[in-house]
Amino acid sequence: MTPSLGVRFLVVMMLVLAGIEPVLAHEQTGAARGFLTGFLHPLSGLDHVVAMIAVGLWGAQLGPPALWMLPVTFPMVMAVGGFLGLMGVTLPGVEIGIALSALLLGVLVASEARPSLLIAASLVGFFAIFHGHAHGTELPPGQSGLAYSIGFVVATGLLHGVGIAIGVVHRWRAGRVALRVAGAAVAVAGVAFLWGAVA
Amino acid sequence: MRLPFVIAHLVTTGLGPIYDGISHIFMSPDDLVPIIAIALLAGLNGPAAARSALFALTGAWLIGGILGLFMAAPLFPATSPLISFLLLGSLTALDRRLSPRAVAALAVAVGLLHGWLNGVSLAGVQREGIGLAGITSAAFVIVALVSALVVSLRPAWARMAVRVAGSWVAAIGLLMLGWSLRVTPA
Repeated sequence: MTPSLGVRFLVVMMLVLAGIEPVLAHEQTGAARGFLTGFLHPLSGLDHVVAMIAVGLWGAQLGPPALWMLPVTFPMVMAVGGFLGLMGVTLPGVEIGIALSALLLGVLVASEARPSLLIAASLVGFFAIFHGHAHGTELPPGQSGLAYSIGFVVATGLLHGVGIAIGVVHRWRAGRVALRVAGAAVAVAGVAFLWGAVA
Repeated sequence: MRLPFVIAHLVTTGLGPIYDGISHIFMSPDDLVPIIAIALLAGLNGPAAARSALFALTGAWLIGGILGLFMAAPLFPATSPLISFLLLGSLTALDRRLSPRAVAALAVAVGLLHGWLNGVSLAGVQREGIGLAGITSAAFVIVALVSALVVSLRPAWARMAVRVAGSWVAAIGLLMLGWSLRVTPA
């Protein structure tokens, strides 16, 4: 089967981008480091990773339009949380909020809950504020804030993508069970995070 | 006052000012991301809007650059480039239906703003203005390719993926606004 024009274009673009990376690293050391720091930061916190993947899993269970609305909502509201953090606005119990996000999202996936789109988006958005506040503002000195922000947002979005990709198994009966088990595991992890946050 | 990230990362390729300008676009996310964002928005709004944006953006970018080159002055507020991120990202994420004329108007505004800042930066470091030709050429190619790709997307999930990308752009813009307004502890 011949790949479509879009697929061929994406492959070529990926090769081009792979080729320019060394030049980027030499030209703007601060920017390259900022991007890497921002990209790796969400991946370094298990609480963030688990919650982001759970958002994707839940979206996959809910199906369209929630499948895509949740990943659209999350980064925008997460940025609001980051903005508040940068403005010096303190949020009470940020770590508890993050732990609760994993716990609740895990429960929602495990129970295959199906609230309305508005409630689902509001819930995800509410927790996104805590994640943005805690993780979106930790820029090391000398690095580019723009590059850090790009890396942070892209990594978070890709984690949603991982969850959505895993959620493809939802179309099979065994897959649906596996997703619910995964949700239960996320909830257990959330309990552990919560224990760590309050202890 | 200019934000540190707004200052153009003027690239020296050793191949002349045109190639320096081309490289500038690909190595300056503060210019590259809005170009991609206007292309995504235009593509979502159909072929007519994409064609309008293609010529409006690059024409305005060149005019803004020339104006900035010869009248280098802090005309725009320091946070003005963030408007491109926030506005274009939000409109793309919300999938707002816009007429080709409205998309062209947005492209002109973005082109004038970023072109002006490029021109001022070029004048500030006494680089050759012909670099603007490289910058606008690169912008033209990016908008043409990205908007054509988006226009060609038919599956609903693919269009939603474009909206997700728009939400990323808006989120980056909001975070950048926070960085620019952040009060550094003494």
